[in-house]
Amino acid sequence: MTGSPLTAAALLVAVIATVAIGVYGVRFSRTTSDFLVASRTVGPQWNAAAISGEYLSAASFLGVAGLIAKYGADALWYPVGFTAGYLGLLLFVAAPLRRSGAYTVPDFAEFRLGSARLRKVAMVVVVVVCIYYLVPQYQGAGLALKALLGLPVWVGPLVVGVIVISNVVAGGMRSITFVQAFQYWLKLTAIAIPALALLGLFISDRGDLGGPLPPTVTADTTVAIETDVVVRVAEPTGITVTGMLDGKPVAAQPVPAPGDHTLEAGTTLNLAAGAATPVVTGTPSSGAEWIASGGGLGGGHPLYQVLSIIVATFLGTMGLPHVLVRFYTNPDGRAARRTALAVIALLSLFYLFPTLLGVFSRLYVPRVLITGNTDAAVLLAPGTAIGGAAGHLLAALVAAGAIAAFLATSSGLLVSVAGALATDVLRGRVRDFRVAAVVGGLIPIPLSLATSGGLELSRSVGLAFAVAASTLCPLLVLGIWWRGLTAWGAACGLIVGGVLSGTAVTVATAGGIDDDVLGGWPAVIIGYPAAVTVPLAFATMIVVSRLTRSSVPPDVAQIFARMHVPERLGMFVERVPRG
Amino acid sequence: MTSNERPHRERVVLAHRRGARMVRTRVEVQEQTLVGDALVRGLVRAQLGLALRLAAVVVCTVVAIPLLNAAFPDLAAITVVGIRLNWLVLAVLVYPFFYGIGRLYVRLAEQAERDFVGVVDSEP
Repeated sequence: MTGSPLTAAALLVAVIATVAIGVYGVRFSRTTSDFLVASRTVGPQWNAAAISGEYLSAASFLGVAGLIAKYGADALWYPVGFTAGYLGLLLFVAAPLRRSGAYTVPDFAEFRLGSARLRKVAMVVVVVVCIYYLVPQYQGAGLALKALLGLPVWVGPLVVGVIVISNVVAGGMRSITFVQAFQYWLKLTAIAIPALALLGLFISDRGDLGGPLPPTVTADTTVAIETDVVVRVAEPTGITVTGMLDGKPVAAQPVPAPGDHTLEAGTTLNLAAGAATPVVTGTPSSGAEWIASGGGLGGGHPLYQVLSIIVATFLGTMGLPHVLVRFYTNPDGRAARRTALAVIALLSLFYLFPTLLGVFSRLYVPRVLITGNTDAAVLLAPGTAIGGAAGHLLAALVAAGAIAAFLATSSGLLVSVAGALATDVLRGRVRDFRVAAVVGGLIPIPLSLATSGGLELSRSVGLAFAVAASTLCPLLVLGIWWRGLTAWGAACGLIVGGVLSGTAVTVATAGGIDDDVLGGWPAVIIGYPAAVTVPLAFATMIVVSRLTRSSVPPDVAQIFARMHVPERLGMFVERVPRG
Repeated sequence: MTSNERPHRERVVLAHRRGARMVRTRVEVQEQTLVGDALVRGLVRAQLGLALRLAAVVVCTVVAIPLLNAAFPDLAAITVVGIRLNWLVLAVLVYPFFYGIGRLYVRLAEQAERDFVGVVDSEP
């Protein structure tokens, strides 16, 4: 599979199609409004496909299946939460946000609370959330190109960065609407066909998923260890190690006994056909552990982990700038609601397939479980399990879908970063938007290289959701529904939520805290901060707003009428960027 | 877009049949008089109540899943059509549930807006 010319060709086709559709869209992009909100003329069908296309990132395309293969039933909460986020957005944000007439989140903050300083704070938060979200996308690209073509890890971020920057610089929002709608369908095809092919294979040979043993390899397999790893061996028969085992040099020796063993970088592991796969410690080893709920995602306090994932993902989607910006492109509030509903349907359809692929990866490519780098499972499973020309074709298709995932999400995030920087730091002209896009697209490249490894893609993205849920979500929800919110309250809430969740995310990506400290609570709160930081951010906003209640904007009644009264009563004013 | 050649077609009438009341209520909403403000507050309260009620249904259902699983681990081991219950619920059944709630919300929220416009535009 490595270096397959077919895969390279598929990657190239996906990239060319993306750029070509973008170029086609450029013909419609002339004004700043085109660049920022596609002049607010996108209907619910197109918009829903575009939102889904933009939203289904590396975390959904690769990460979800990888986490399911590794941790089993509790990983299912990620796709559930990624979908349910749109329900929260539909219930609390979609229509009023669109009716506010704002064109970015910072603009909403200024519209609602009339403070230019709050606008700047919101702008910084938007840029930070987008960069936290962009870094795992770039990392995913590096990982995918390495797994598929054997290229060095730094190539992926660079290639994706350059393509995305040039696409966004050329066409802005109007052009990427087409690109992203196309990419939803490309991603759906690219994941559905391999998943269904593997489902057919599974039905014909019925592997055992819930049994007492770890998954077994079907053919003689050699795995090279690239970073030090501790694995749990359940059944040593058929496993031989060359390199450093538990700190001692060994050459083609069997593993002495079941239990935990340390493998150092540079070691190779050979599994004879039928051998039970060792799995990285902290993940479920036997099929029975894997298939049961309640085991968590590594580390202690699994129930807290699940609840925190629910908080982060259910509320985080409301605060994702690149998703919100798409809601401003709807013609009216009613269309915004219908768009959110259609997105729920499209995502529900999509997430069936990564789930299937995750299950089958455990069965057909158990070797990814040894290193714990299960994010590559989706890319490897179809080619390994099916083999032959059909397997190569499926592998190429998955590769095309993966590259579409990186490009779509990164483009959307970059439009948001560029929109925020161009209108709030620069002067808001089309040229400023382009300059901001180049800057915003380059920043995550070194960051993604510096922090690569460690967390799985879905978990890194889940952390970006936690930051969004602790900052922009309370701003929007309280801003839309509570007349008592003040600029001071909003700013303090943004800062408290942003600093707490941002610190947690930074520590978690830098390596986290040891599980043994204070019963594991610090480690799990750092790894899953939302259940703590989101209530704190809401509480700060409410308490500080009550203390500064004399500064409630005098025209709050007028603002509420504009956000909530249907457009046809003529209250509606469209805000436009300067310049 | 090409309106510079032909002006928009407009219907010219001497007076709206439904009289001045309609205009007055609209103006009250637009100018935020006491009546208008009360109407808008009513609409916001209705929409928020609807959203909170549906969100409560979703949150109770979703949070019940891990709690039930922690309390009764045997429940998840039941298999339905060859799939274990915990997988069937989380991988398949929650999605139509979310869509159904979303659809219900869109219907009721649009109904609330129609009622509001009806009140504003109705005769006294």
